[in-house]
Amino acid sequence: MKKTLLLFLALSVSPLLSGQEEGDLLALLGEEETTDYATASFKTNRVVNGHSIENTAAGVLDFKISHRFSPMRNGLYDMFGLDGATIRFGLDYGITDRLMIGIGRSSKEKIIDGFAKYKILRQSTGKRNMPVSLSYLVDGQIKTVKFPDQERENLFSSRLYYTHQILLARKFSESLTLQLMPTLVHRNLVATKAEKNDVFAVGAAGRVKLSRRVTLNAEYYYVLPDQISPVYTNVLSIGFDIETGGHVFQLHFTNSADMTYKGFITETTEEWFFKGANGNAKSGIRFGFNISRVFTIVKPKGLY
Amino acid sequence: MLLCLPIINQTNTGTHMKNLILVTGLLLTLSQMASAQRYFTRDARVQFNSDTPVEKIEAINKSGTAVLDTETGRMEWKVLIKNFVFEKALMQEHFNENYMESTTYPNATFKGNIANVSKVNFAKGGSYAVTAKGKMTIHGVTKEIEVPGTIIVGDGTVKVHSDFKVACADYDISIPGVVREKIAQEIAVSVDATLDPMKRK
Repeated sequence: MKKTLLLFLALSVSPLLSGQEEGDLLALLGEEETTDYATASFKTNRVVNGHSIENTAAGVLDFKISHRFSPMRNGLYDMFGLDGATIRFGLDYGITDRLMIGIGRSSKEKIIDGFAKYKILRQSTGKRNMPVSLSYLVDGQIKTVKFPDQERENLFSSRLYYTHQILLARKFSESLTLQLMPTLVHRNLVATKAEKNDVFAVGAAGRVKLSRRVTLNAEYYYVLPDQISPVYTNVLSIGFDIETGGHVFQLHFTNSADMTYKGFITETTEEWFFKGANGNAKSGIRFGFNISRVFTIVKPKGLY
Repeated sequence: MLLCLPIINQTNTGTHMKNLILVTGLLLTLSQMASAQRYFTRDARVQFNSDTPVEKIEAINKSGTAVLDTETGRMEWKVLIKNFVFEKALMQEHFNENYMESTTYPNATFKGNIANVSKVNFAKGGSYAVTAKGKMTIHGVTKEIEVPGTIIVGDGTVKVHSDFKVACADYDISIPGVVREKIAQEIAVSVDATLDPMKRK
């Protein structure tokens, strides 16, 4: 009798319970756990000179026009350096959302470069939890400028440079992303025996979102000591990414005239602030920009 | 109803037990039949178009969830903003980053009723014109809306279709001056879903 009573009680309660469910029908389906990948950690696939953790999306071609001007120190005489420019034109293409390739040509030393970048880990939360994104970049550079000494035996291999880089990044919040870049630059030919063929450097970069369409970026590469000639220094760059629909304008200040890895890591000549030959305070700050324009070549499958 | 089970388990052994389970089972089945039939889907298609003379933008989401209670006419929808796919990857990024702010507002939802659900005979196949009324939440802003739609009762399924317009300004989605000519002020939304009966646990 007790049992029946309990049962009756339970049954009479149950409509009340299901009555509560009416308020939230979707809850009946249960929460389906999904993986939420961090996106747009940077506005584009470069921070300033070097790569960012971002990849060009699958089927998208990214045309890049980049300039680095002369140091700004001469003021109006050479329009704050705008009279002298080194130029790089580049094409990046996303084969998949994780694998991208690219080529470019720089006016400085007539360098042709080519790279492949693969995203190994993607920062995510939810079903799959991953605190960081990790990419591997391999980049080759060919210096095609004529050898200065035509008399000696010049080998083609002497023109080659290779770069291997790990990009480790975390988007801490909507506004802050930080990135670490351990880098190896291999130079087949170096000027003196004291200089190393393999140069190790560690880069650090970050971006702060100032508004929905503008970010502040910074990038620094520290070359480990006793590898390159003492006339060279580390590269520091600070810039803004301004995104306007189909373009990203990257406007920056840097102390390097190079846009290739071997150039800005191992051959940056002037510091941001330094003392000139006659003891005068000088500045090696240059203005520069990268403009990125994307074109969708292959549309995503199964869209409609 | 879930409450019954632990109570039964606590009972003493005996012949009562068998009868009890039988009765409970019977009651459960009966209550199931009597209760409102619910239909659901996890792959509702939500598509939208922004049409201007300068640019045509389209996006589709194929993983919307929806639940419909055919007795009360209550209906709820949820769409993950990040699952909208665009033809241009950059547009998709901007849609999430600059317009919908999908990290802060991950979903768009509709919670409401089919106003004239009594008109629809869910036991008989056919097409019925209906009106949905309720609260639409997009970009963290909730608005009362009323939209026309069609319900097609098929063999064990219920199809829902609706076309309506959403004004960006209503949901605090700001469009900056430089792209004003490329993005329509009113976005045409099209919703299609085939709902299956929900099995009750």
